[in-house]
Amino acid sequence: MMKAGREAFVSGVVLAVASALAQPAAAQEPIKLGELNSYKAFASFLEPYRKGWELALEEVNAAGGALGRRIEIVSRDDNGNPGDAVRVAEELLTREKVSFIMGTFPSNVGLAVADFAKQRKVLFLASEPLTDKIVWDNGNRYTFRLNASTYMQTAMLVPDAARLKKKRWAIVYPNYEYGQSATRAFKELLKKAQPDVEFVAEQATPLGKIDAGAVVQALADAKPDAIFSSLFAGDLARFVREGNTRGLFKGREVFNLLAGWPEYLDPMKDEAPEGWYVTGYPWYGITTTEHRRFLEAYQMRWNDYPRAGSVVGYATVIAAAAAIRKAGSLDSEKLVEAMKGLKVDTPFGGIVFRALDHQSTMGSYVGRTGVKDAKGVMRSWKYADGAEYLPLDAEVRKLRPAE
Amino acid sequence: MSSIVIQLLNGLASASALFLVAAGLSLIFGVTRIVNFAHGSLYMLGIYCAYSLIGAFGVTAWSFWGGIVAAALAVGVFAALVEIALLRRIYRVPELFQLLATFALTLVVKDLALWFWGAEDLLGPRAPGLRGSVEILGSPFPEYDLVLIAIGPLLMGALWLLLNRTRWGTLVRAATQDRDMVAALGINQAWLFTAVFALGAALAALGGALEIPRQPAQLSLDIAAISDAFVVVVVGGMGSIPGAFLAALLIGEIKALCVAAGLSKLTLVVEFIVMAIVLVLRPQGLLGKPWETLRSAGSDVEALRPYGRASSAEAIVAVLILAALPLATTGYTLVLAIDIFVFALFAASLHFILGPGGMVSFGHAAYLGLGAYGAGLLLVKAGWPMEAALFAAPLAAAAGAALFGWFCVRLSGVYLAMLTLAFAQIAWSVAYQWDSVTGGSNGLVGVWPAGWLFSRTALYLLTLALCAGAIWLMRRALSAPFGYALRAGRDSPLRADAIGIDVRHVQWVAFTAAGAAAGLAGGLYAFSKGSISPDSTMAISRSVDALVMVLLGGVQTLSGPVIGAAAFTWLQDEIARNTDYWRACLGGTILAVVLLFPRGIAGALQARFGSKEDAA
Repeated sequence: MMKAGREAFVSGVVLAVASALAQPAAAQEPIKLGELNSYKAFASFLEPYRKGWELALEEVNAAGGALGRRIEIVSRDDNGNPGDAVRVAEELLTREKVSFIMGTFPSNVGLAVADFAKQRKVLFLASEPLTDKIVWDNGNRYTFRLNASTYMQTAMLVPDAARLKKKRWAIVYPNYEYGQSATRAFKELLKKAQPDVEFVAEQATPLGKIDAGAVVQALADAKPDAIFSSLFAGDLARFVREGNTRGLFKGREVFNLLAGWPEYLDPMKDEAPEGWYVTGYPWYGITTTEHRRFLEAYQMRWNDYPRAGSVVGYATVIAAAAAIRKAGSLDSEKLVEAMKGLKVDTPFGGIVFRALDHQSTMGSYVGRTGVKDAKGVMRSWKYADGAEYLPLDAEVRKLRPAE
Repeated sequence: MSSIVIQLLNGLASASALFLVAAGLSLIFGVTRIVNFAHGSLYMLGIYCAYSLIGAFGVTAWSFWGGIVAAALAVGVFAALVEIALLRRIYRVPELFQLLATFALTLVVKDLALWFWGAEDLLGPRAPGLRGSVEILGSPFPEYDLVLIAIGPLLMGALWLLLNRTRWGTLVRAATQDRDMVAALGINQAWLFTAVFALGAALAALGGALEIPRQPAQLSLDIAAISDAFVVVVVGGMGSIPGAFLAALLIGEIKALCVAAGLSKLTLVVEFIVMAIVLVLRPQGLLGKPWETLRSAGSDVEALRPYGRASSAEAIVAVLILAALPLATTGYTLVLAIDIFVFALFAASLHFILGPGGMVSFGHAAYLGLGAYGAGLLLVKAGWPMEAALFAAPLAAAAGAALFGWFCVRLSGVYLAMLTLAFAQIAWSVAYQWDSVTGGSNGLVGVWPAGWLFSRTALYLLTLALCAGAIWLMRRALSAPFGYALRAGRDSPLRADAIGIDVRHVQWVAFTAAGAAAGLAGGLYAFSKGSISPDSTMAISRSVDALVMVLLGGVQTLSGPVIGAAAFTWLQDEIARNTDYWRACLGGTILAVVLLFPRGIAGALQARFGSKEDAA
C-alpha cells in the first residue's frame, strides 16, 4: 500500500506539472474508454448493465471526470462471439484509440479478450464473465475481474449446505464452463466440509434447452435429500415450474447459484421457488447508505429498479475512473499497477482488486427465496463479502501462472 | 420401471410441439422448395404473441386457448404478408437464394421482438384447469403434458385429412410432386404458395404457443427451434407429415431416455447423431419417398468458360492493390481486411462445392473449426512452431472432410446438406465437451502467431498471400478437367457416369479440397484472433454465415463468394458499430439486396457489365 501511495503521489505531481504545461485545449479532450459486450445475445442481463454504467459515467463526469478530463465510453456489441470480440477490441484500441477496455459477459469471450489484452499489453477490466480461469489458470498481468466468480458464489452457498447435513445430493447444471465449474467447486468444497456426502445424480443440460420434464423426473428418481443447481434464465424458470408441478422440491432443500438475481427471479413472478438457498441481489431491502444512494439515483435516472447487471455495470465504470485517478496517467503499465489493490466504493460497499490474482472482493447477497405480493423475493439474506470466499493465497498462487 | 414409463411420456409431450414446428417446415419445403430459415422465428413469435394475447384478457380457459389459436392465426397472417411482399418475388431465382431472404428475416424478427417485448424472459401462465398433476405409477405427471400428448396425433390426423381429403390438399400434394405441372393445369400457384406458407407458419406458431406453460418466451428460441425442426423433418423424410411425427417421437423419446439413463451430456448432440445414422442408412429419411433429384443450384446457369485474360488481369491488379494497402494505413482497416480475407477464402471454399459441385453444405464451419483446432492444438499442446501448425491446419481439415465427405457425397440436395450439418454438430459437440484436450466451451487461448508476424502488416500480407493463393488454386481446379468433371456430375450425373466419370469420387475429392481450403481459413482465423472456441469456429451460425456470404455475392459467379464475404463482414462491422438495432439493419440491408439483385451482388454486376467469362 505504501508503495502504491507513493506512486500515486509521484504520478500526481507529474500530472500536475504536465497539466500546467499542457495546452488548455488538450486538457479538454475526453479520456476514451472502450466497452464491449454481448448486448443482443444476453439482453436480459446486459440492458440493465448498460443503464448502470451510463448512470455511473454521468456521475463521474458530473464530479469532474478524471485527470481533469471528461470520460467518454465507446461501447460496442461483440455478438457473443470470441472471434468478433477480438476484432471489436482491436477496433476500439486502434481506431477509437481508447485507453483500455472493459466489459464482456460469456466466459469464452472474456477469456479471449483477456488473452488479447495480454498480447497487446493493455488493461482489460472484465466486468462480468464468471469463469475462474480468467484470474487463475489463464490469469495475466493485464486482466482484472470485477464480479464475484463462479467459485466465490458457490463457496458462499457451501456453509449453509454443509450445515444441513444432507447426505444425498443431486446436481443439475447448464452444460458449459460456468455450470461445470460451479459443480466441480461445489462437490469439492462440500466434500471437504462434510466427508460422508454422496452425489447421487448429475444432470448436465444443454444451455437454453433444458428438457425440464425429463430432468426433473430423473432427479426425483435418484431420491436425493437436497439439490444443487446452477441453472439460470429460461432454463431455471422451466426447471422450477416442472419441479413444482411434479413435486420434486417437496421435502428437499434446493441450492441455486444466481437464482436471486432479479433478472432471473422476477420472470417467475408468483411461482418463484420458496425457501431455496440462493445468491442474488435483494435491491428492495438493502439499507446501507451506499446502496440507498445508488438506488435513488438509478430510479431517478431510469424510472426502473436496478438488476444485478445494473450494479455490475455501475461498479465497472466507477472502478475504471478510480483506476485512472490512482494511476494519474493513461499508460497501460501504470494503470495495471494502479488496479492492484485498488479500492473502489460500489453500491455493495467497498471492494478491493486483489494484487494477488486481480480478482475483486465484490461479494454477493446470500439468502433464501420466497414470494411476496405475487413476486419472488429474497428473505433473511446477508451480504457475503467476496474476500472471505476465496481459496488460501498459497493455493491461488499455485493456480495462477507466473507473470 | 415406472420411471421409464414416465420418461417415455415426457418424451411424448416434447415430441408434440416438435412435430408441429417440423410439420410446418416440411409442408413449406415440399411445396415451395423454400428452406425456410425463419421457421424458428415464427415459432418464437408464436410464444410471444400467445403470451401477450392471453395476458391481455386475463387468464381464463377461454383466453388461454383462444389466445393460443389467435397467436397461430396472427403469425399465419404475418407470414402470408411476408410471402406476398417478399418471397413471391424471388421464387424464380436460383434455389437457395430464398434461404438468404429467410435468414435476413430472422434477424429482423429478432430485433422486432426485442423492441416490442423487451429483453426479459416472459414466463406465460399455466393452463387454467390443467395446473396440477395426476398420479401415474406413483409419480406426479403434469396434466397439461397429457393434453399435449393428445394434441400431437390429433393435429396430425387433421393435417392428413386436409391433405388427403380436400381439393386444396390434393393441389398441395400435386404441387409437391410437380409444381410446373400444377401451373400448367391452370392452378393459381401464387395463392397456393401463400396459403401453404401461412399454414406452415401457423403450425410453427401453434407449436410455440402450446409451449406457453412449459417454456418462457425468450429471444434465443428461434435458433433453438430451427435446428431441431430441420432435424425432425429430415429424419422423417422431407415432405412426409407422418414421417415428421415419427421422427419427433423418436427424437423426443431418445432425449428423454438419455436423461433417464444419466447420459444427459449426450442430449447436446443426440438428435444430430440420430440424423447422421438415419441419413447414412436410409438417405431419404424414415418415411420419405426417394425424391426425384432436386433441381440443383446450378441448373439454370450458363456454362463456365475458362478465364479470359481480362479477368485474370483484373484479379492480379486487385491483389496488388490490396498488397499495397499497408502503405496507406496500418490501422483497423488491416484488422478488418484480415477478417475479410479469411472469410473470403472460407466462402470460396464453400462455393467450390456448392456452385460448381452442386453440393450444398450447411455444416461447412466444421472444416473451419477443424483447421483452427488442428493448428491451435499443435501450437498450444504439442508445442509446434506456428508455421508448422498453420501448415497442418488444412491437412487436419482435409482429413475430417475426407471422412465426413465420404458419407455426404452419397446423398444429394437437402439430405446432403443436412448430413453435413449433422457432422458439423457432432464435431462441434466433441470440441465443446472434450475439456481436457480442446478446452471445452471456453476453447483455447494463446494461439498467437510467431514473432515475425506480430506486426499487423506482416500478418496482413501473409493472410492475403495465402488466401489469394488458395482461391487462385481453386479457380484453377475449376477450369481444369477436374472442374469440368465436377460440373458434369452436378448437371447430369447419369451422362457424366456414361462418359466414364466417377461422379462420387470427383465429388469426394472436391469436398476434401474444399475442406482443406476452409481449414487453411480456420488456421489463419485462429492466429489472427489468438483464441478459438467451439462457438466462434464450428457453430451453426458460422456455417450459416458462409452460406449467406456465398448467396449474397451470387452463386453463379466465381468472384461472388469473395464479394459476398467482403460485403457481409464489412456491413456487419459497420452497422453493429453505428446502431443498437444492428441485426434488424443488417437483415433489412440483406433483404434489399435480395429484392434488388436476385442473383447476388456479383451476379448483378455481371449482368450490368456483361463479362460472361466469369460465369460458373
